[in-house]
Amino acid sequence: MEGIPLLHILILSTALFFIGIYGFFTRRNLITMLISIELILNSVNINFVAFNKYLYPQQLEGIFFNIFIIAIAAAEVSLAIAIIINLYRKFNTIDIEDTNTMKH
Amino acid sequence: MTLEQILFYTISGLVLFFAFMVIVCRRIFRSAIYLLFSLLGIAALYFMMDVEFIAAIQIIVYVGGIVVLIIFSIFLTHQVGEKMPKKLIKRIVPALILSLAGFLLTIDMLAHHNFNTGINPEKFNPTVENIGHQLLDYKNYGYVLPFEIISFLLLAALIGSIVIAIRPKQQQAKN
Repeated sequence: MEGIPLLHILILSTALFFIGIYGFFTRRNLITMLISIELILNSVNINFVAFNKYLYPQQLEGIFFNIFIIAIAAAEVSLAIAIIINLYRKFNTIDIEDTNTMKH
Repeated sequence: MTLEQILFYTISGLVLFFAFMVIVCRRIFRSAIYLLFSLLGIAALYFMMDVEFIAAIQIIVYVGGIVVLIIFSIFLTHQVGEKMPKKLIKRIVPALILSLAGFLLTIDMLAHHNFNTGINPEKFNPTVENIGHQLLDYKNYGYVLPFEIISFLLLAALIGSIVIAIRPKQQQAKN
């Protein structure tokens, strides 16, 4: 990766991040919003690894943060899908416009 | 252009294309499959950055775990093949303005910042042995405390998702 400047990797991850932001704001379905959050988390992970490799190669901090973010994303997805399935049982839809009461 | 540069720009173009398709596709199942390809492309980028362990974790956890979980939940909550309703224009315009403005602002800041790459002469050496030794070290900037906290968090998420998704007793008797 010597021929590729750090800036290009950062531009890639910025584009990925804002694609995720756009999807999060426009989608109305809970599962697709969850997918957008996955894109955002992945763009942050690319940044961590790139900064670790290019700027501070003597320590492995970016890699540890990457591993922790992946673990937290897995926990978050499992909880969110449990909540989504529960919501679907109560409302028969997972559109955010229709599922607007917390207590049933 | 060397082969490495061609590979990098091709893979990043593919990642961005699939991410865009995830966002605009109106069939939710296809959207999940595009997410899978986008995550695989990111794993390929990790391979190019010499972090094979992270690439393997990315493939195992994201592609093998999270995407499969999302596809299962799509099957549980949607009719297969049905299209999602069209997006409203009053939602698209503010989101487009906001994300484009944020993107341009960030690119502008990045372009004017001078990163001191190559100032550290030490070699980047992320072998599994180094990662394991540093992750479970409790002195010298070790990461054993966050490691333990993450293990508790995963246990709590496991129990929590079972408790949330379980069917209440009365409802079970009714059905």
